[in-house]
Amino acid sequence: MSDTIYTRLRALLGTTGVERDSDGTPRATPDTADALTLVCRLAHEEGWKIRVEGRGTWLPSDAPADLAVSTRALEQIVSVSPADLVATVQAGASVEMLRRRLADSGMWLAVDPPGRADRSIGSVVATATAGPLRQGFGPIRDHVLGCTVATGDGRLVNAGGRVAKNVAGYDLTKLQVGGFGGFGIIVEVHLRLRALPRADVTLLARGTRDALTLAGRELIAAHLLPAALELLSPALAAEADWVLAARFVGTEGAVQADVRRLASVGEVTWIPLPPERTAAFWSVAARGTLGGPITLRLGVLGDGVDETIDLLAHDLDEGLVSAGAGQGMIRWTGDALIERIRALRRAAAAREIPVTLERAPWRVRRALGHFGAYREGVGQIVGRLRDSFDPGQCLNVALEGAE
Amino acid sequence: MNQSLLTSLSRIVGSRWVRHRRAELATYAMDGLPTHESLPGAVVMPESPGQVRQIVRLLHLVQVPFVARGAGTGLSGGALADRETVLIALTRMNRILSVDPVQRRAVLQPGVVNARLSEAVQPMGLYYAPDPSSQTACTVGGNVAENAGGPHCLKYGVTTNHIVALEVVLPDGSITRLGSRQGEPWGPDLVGLFVGSEGMFGIATEITVRLERIPDSVRTMLADFMTVRAASEAVSAIIAAGIVPAALEMMDQACVAAVEASIYAAGYPTDAAAVLLVELDGQGEAVEAEATTVREILCSRGARQVQSASTAADRARLWQGRKKAFGAMGRIAPDLAVQDAVVPRSALPDIMDQIESIRRTHGLAISNVFHAGDGNLHPNISFDRRDPAVTKRVRLACREIMAACVAAGGSITGEHGVGNDKLDYMPWIFDAESLGAMRAVRRAFDPTELANPGKVVPVHACREWCAVKSLRS
Repeated sequence: MSDTIYTRLRALLGTTGVERDSDGTPRATPDTADALTLVCRLAHEEGWKIRVEGRGTWLPSDAPADLAVSTRALEQIVSVSPADLVATVQAGASVEMLRRRLADSGMWLAVDPPGRADRSIGSVVATATAGPLRQGFGPIRDHVLGCTVATGDGRLVNAGGRVAKNVAGYDLTKLQVGGFGGFGIIVEVHLRLRALPRADVTLLARGTRDALTLAGRELIAAHLLPAALELLSPALAAEADWVLAARFVGTEGAVQADVRRLASVGEVTWIPLPPERTAAFWSVAARGTLGGPITLRLGVLGDGVDETIDLLAHDLDEGLVSAGAGQGMIRWTGDALIERIRALRRAAAAREIPVTLERAPWRVRRALGHFGAYREGVGQIVGRLRDSFDPGQCLNVALEGAE
Repeated sequence: MNQSLLTSLSRIVGSRWVRHRRAELATYAMDGLPTHESLPGAVVMPESPGQVRQIVRLLHLVQVPFVARGAGTGLSGGALADRETVLIALTRMNRILSVDPVQRRAVLQPGVVNARLSEAVQPMGLYYAPDPSSQTACTVGGNVAENAGGPHCLKYGVTTNHIVALEVVLPDGSITRLGSRQGEPWGPDLVGLFVGSEGMFGIATEITVRLERIPDSVRTMLADFMTVRAASEAVSAIIAAGIVPAALEMMDQACVAAVEASIYAAGYPTDAAAVLLVELDGQGEAVEAEATTVREILCSRGARQVQSASTAADRARLWQGRKKAFGAMGRIAPDLAVQDAVVPRSALPDIMDQIESIRRTHGLAISNVFHAGDGNLHPNISFDRRDPAVTKRVRLACREIMAACVAAGGSITGEHGVGNDKLDYMPWIFDAESLGAMRAVRRAFDPTELANPGKVVPVHACREWCAVKSLRS
């Protein structure tokens, strides 16, 4: 079977567009959207299961499938418009490559996802994994103006557009952001950019978790507007204590005004990071998320952070934790038995806290699903949506889990 | 509409809240766009989610289509219903159910008027950011359906950025909850998908919104320019400097003239080709620093004069002309076709030239007031719809403006929605596969297509329809 698929794919894509992964599974690496749709159409016609991959740095490439489809050869930055602050980028382009290209033109994508800098843009969008900058610039959905996806049966569907404001048709982009590839393979995205900030200052406060969550609340109550306000566990920050990191970006005058006011807020001592260490600090925090095989995202508000970290500590641990001290949201990384995570999900659900499985080995994803159980009525809608984007159920994505 | 259905509807809401006589229905024959008109079969006015559920269940049972309607201020013909369709007016469901000032959340019914929400939370130092021009009349439920915008959406985002959870009556009469108070979805982002679905996925009966804190300091600046191009370049220069103003609005000479000739006169210079309103907000010191930079940019880009206001009264004066522009245009002619399109910001000067050319070709009065910061145009055509020849020219001009915006890489609507007004333009920006996917998504919520039928997606342009046509031929 594997040889047949390999041969059929080579006939479709040529020798350079197909390889085998470490287990011998054929992997297609199409370099155009049309080629990607041809692969999907073939898989749909033959009833083959597809494992969707980006650059292979976030989700493990371990979902059982007849073939893998990687977007890593779709890595072009198609267009960048400094005047309009919009970029069109293929899904396989890395976040770091895009960052460099934009910086050359004085622009910036205000997104700092967890994981490695060479993660693909498609992976960040499909998993909606926003980093600390969500405090000031919102979740991933706020940065995506439109996208093109290949459906499981090989159609190419466009959603949204390249303009900042657009309500033409249903907002199908929202379904793709955080859809984990269950509604098609993201081929290309249109991104909202910002001018590269003139000033970018990070300050750190160290102390107990209680003291720092209080400091975070006081900072927000004082009407300061940090771009990031992230509480990092000692292991994640590679420090002896918990760390609260406040980042201010913008014009020089505005940032300096915020930094001056920060000194008068609360009891903690804020120490500015030297500019040459700022990027490294945030990079360590982002990469620290890969310090265990499983990453969870807990949807809490700012005032629920402390209590929810207690819950994590009780049900799992508080090893690698990153939490939004202002807007909320907690990211946990570690290892745990499936039953423990299931128990955490139940406890969190009782508190109305959604727990999304952002990253895990297949056996965990398969058992728990990225989302777990849906609320009443939602499962039926999601089922129909998946049927419409993948009528042959070729895309092997565990949204709901086996429960 | 058949009598037994009217009787059943009356049993649910009381006969007082079911309208079916022609004179009663006339109120609901139009929305804010005077180019479309249609009488509904009946109007029913529920007062609770339970009544909405019963009504929708009943209509599903007898397979009668329905259209949900808020205040009827929409500008795309989206809330119009035909004689076979029941219009569900949600204006009685106008209660703010709870406010959490600490976490800045409010839970409300769909008929709450947009501006009333901000008034209600103002004593807590909060407000609701999306501010469509019709905010003193339009409802938040309607805003959710259309994904409404407004002048202050440049910095704070449109409706979709402020809705975190919804209770929804689906078109089969079942109730479901989407999203969470926190804003993190339970599963795929169905709240994001629902917002802007123009009433075709169901009816939102309870809406949880994110509120914003009233900023410590606000500075409003008014600059006038001798060319639209210079004003547009000033807009791009402000954004390129890394400043995101709370609002960045432009009015052309025709619009300024209309305002200044009305009771809303705000002292705008009538000889200027364009007037730019820039509003900065945030913490005091930071706002002052940015205001200095913005003033420098405006002057370096050719502003003749820059007025600045920081007190509420002075700011209100500068805003008055902008906020009342649509009212002022009402003096020019009996009817106003408010159009809505988006172009990349860099295309603004060229598209304004094209609109002027279209205006001359058709001999119409067009004034422009728009959200320059995000390239969202509102060319407004003043006319008299009693004159069929003029109305025809208005339609042609609207079509040509849309075509020019699409050719410039833009979109046919930035905040008003497609409704039935822009149905024909959808194939200009989406191919048959993409339209087919939209239709399939709609059917995931509404398999029998009873909710607001015939809007948004032109079925004849979808992939399935094209396939049927080719088979027949």
